[in-house]
Amino acid sequence: MSIVSSLLSVTLVAQTLRMAVPYAAAATGGVLSERSGVVNIALEGTMLVGAFGAVTTHVVTGSPWIGLAGGAGAGAAFALLHALVVVYGRVSGIVSGIALNLLAAAGTRFLLRAIYGSSSNSPTVVGFRLPALEGAGGGARLLRVVADPTTLAVVVFAVLAALVVAKTAFGLRLRAAGEAPEVARSSGVHVERTRTAAVVLGGVACAIGGAALAFDQHQFQAGMTGGRGFIALAAVVLSGWRVKRAAGFCLVFALLDAVQIVLQNETRLPVQALSSLPYVATLLTLLVLLRRGGSGMSAPRGLDRHAD
Amino acid sequence: MSAGGAATSGGGALLDRTRGVAFGLAAGLVAFDLMVLGYGASPAFMARLLFEGTWGTSYGVGQVLFKATPLVVVAVAVDCALRTRLFNVGAEGQLAVASLVAGVVGARLGAAPAIVGVPLTVTAAAAAGGLWAAGPALMRVRLKAHEVITTILMNKLADGVVGFALASGAAMEGTVRTASIGRGARIPRLDALGMPFFQGSAVSLAVLVGALLLGAIPFVYRRTAWGREVVLVGQNERACAREGVPVGARMIQSFVASGAVVGLASGATVLGYKGYFEEGLGAGVGFAGLGVALLGRGSAVGIGLAALLFATLQQGGLAINAHVPKEAMDVLQAVIIVAVALGDGRLRTLLASRAEVPS
Repeated sequence: MSIVSSLLSVTLVAQTLRMAVPYAAAATGGVLSERSGVVNIALEGTMLVGAFGAVTTHVVTGSPWIGLAGGAGAGAAFALLHALVVVYGRVSGIVSGIALNLLAAAGTRFLLRAIYGSSSNSPTVVGFRLPALEGAGGGARLLRVVADPTTLAVVVFAVLAALVVAKTAFGLRLRAAGEAPEVARSSGVHVERTRTAAVVLGGVACAIGGAALAFDQHQFQAGMTGGRGFIALAAVVLSGWRVKRAAGFCLVFALLDAVQIVLQNETRLPVQALSSLPYVATLLTLLVLLRRGGSGMSAPRGLDRHAD
Repeated sequence: MSAGGAATSGGGALLDRTRGVAFGLAAGLVAFDLMVLGYGASPAFMARLLFEGTWGTSYGVGQVLFKATPLVVVAVAVDCALRTRLFNVGAEGQLAVASLVAGVVGARLGAAPAIVGVPLTVTAAAAAGGLWAAGPALMRVRLKAHEVITTILMNKLADGVVGFALASGAAMEGTVRTASIGRGARIPRLDALGMPFFQGSAVSLAVLVGALLLGAIPFVYRRTAWGREVVLVGQNERACAREGVPVGARMIQSFVASGAVVGLASGATVLGYKGYFEEGLGAGVGFAGLGVALLGRGSAVGIGLAALLFATLQQGGLAINAHVPKEAMDVLQAVIIVAVALGDGRLRTLLASRAEVPS
């Protein structure tokens, strides 16, 4: 009985939304980057850098708003590094991504020890407080998640990203660079600059997701993204590189996450099996969609290809 | 750019590689100095501590070899998949599953003589690693699912499976480790084999496995029909298909072989070092080995040197940890991977495009 009521509660909805925010942010970043033709498995590292930047700036200034901006800046700088290395340096996006994920994991640990003298976590931060919405009930929780500036920032960013990609001149250049870089270049698109801009924008999206995660935990913890960037990347692939669909898959992952936490609390099912649930589900979805012919799952044709 | 074409020929490739290494080492040095200075320590003093803690003593040399062993094994494995242009980002998970199997099988083979126990245990581990790689390999070739995505997911799944197995009977009651493996399944340490030079360091006979794998690289890919086909598939898939080379089969085989060789690395960690498997043993080796493979670029000498470099940094990190966080050494590894990739014949593209030279 209590399992059923937990699974059908408003709290579960609130939990799902709360956990979907970082996923959706990183997936938006992934779509932006990869639609422009730049493979980005560095989403994970970019989130981590964003989370660290946000918390550090928040600690220094005492303001979550400046923290959010600081995190976004750190994520943008990190993504710029990926873009320079891949777009101008002609290094494989996968190689750069692997190295940058290592760099983010090690670099944030190094800075954590250098700045705060701890190998595991930063001092706590307040994050965004919504005093009007205090309360322990499911409804209050849901309101707090919905009204949280980081949630709103991610939603606005995702909606804008979808619009920009689909409707604007920049979006057209971005898609052209990702689908047919040679053609784009010969019709006057500066492929390298377009890709760099797309990757940096994507980095901002990832970083906001990282900030949301860190503010939610009220601190930075070493390795706190825990593979969320990779799940987001899987959502990008499953969605066929489309923002709205990717966000939809992120909601499903988040729901699975929320459900497995309820099951952990209320049943004796083994924790490890439950925590693997989102990954198994992702692999199976990938398998099923591809067996059906992978309709709507074709990658941008210029992905990982240069204009010359 | 005609220079770009020339760079792919023999002499140019060597030049590219030399430049890559020089660029990588220079960037590594700059990053090292910046981090050490930023921490308020002296780069010269830290460099001395780093050297003394690694190549400066016989214990340090042994420790470097000990840390290089699993890196070499994993890098040879990743390199095998790279021959058919597949990225085995799943080494981390393959190693975890293989190490668990090594621990469980090794514990059952307590009474067997070493001539039976070690090969059986290592074979079981390799089989587990290969099996864990088979899913992504099949999905890549049959369904075109990108192996980077699937192996990353398999890594996370491996964490769950290993944890689940340990919690439901594979581990000793109340712990996250398997029972100790039997004497017949242990790979002895060098200092126990009458090599007092390595006294106290954890380097084991498994270092020979790493050396043998390195030695096998030129043989397998130049002298065996299978190895040559694998290389050709990586160079020109379409031509191979026209010539009747089973492209899909070679891709799957190189990837599964990669997973199996990753499994062999448990020889260095479970059989040669701990003597049991515990949660987290070997964590990070998969990704570091991937970096070593990328630096080594398909050459046995390159992989060997890159593994020694990474092992030196890891061991050296412990030597300077009292003054500068050892995480600085992990940062260096990442910086070196990027810098070598950039310097390897690609930097001129960066300079050319900045000058807006049409190519």
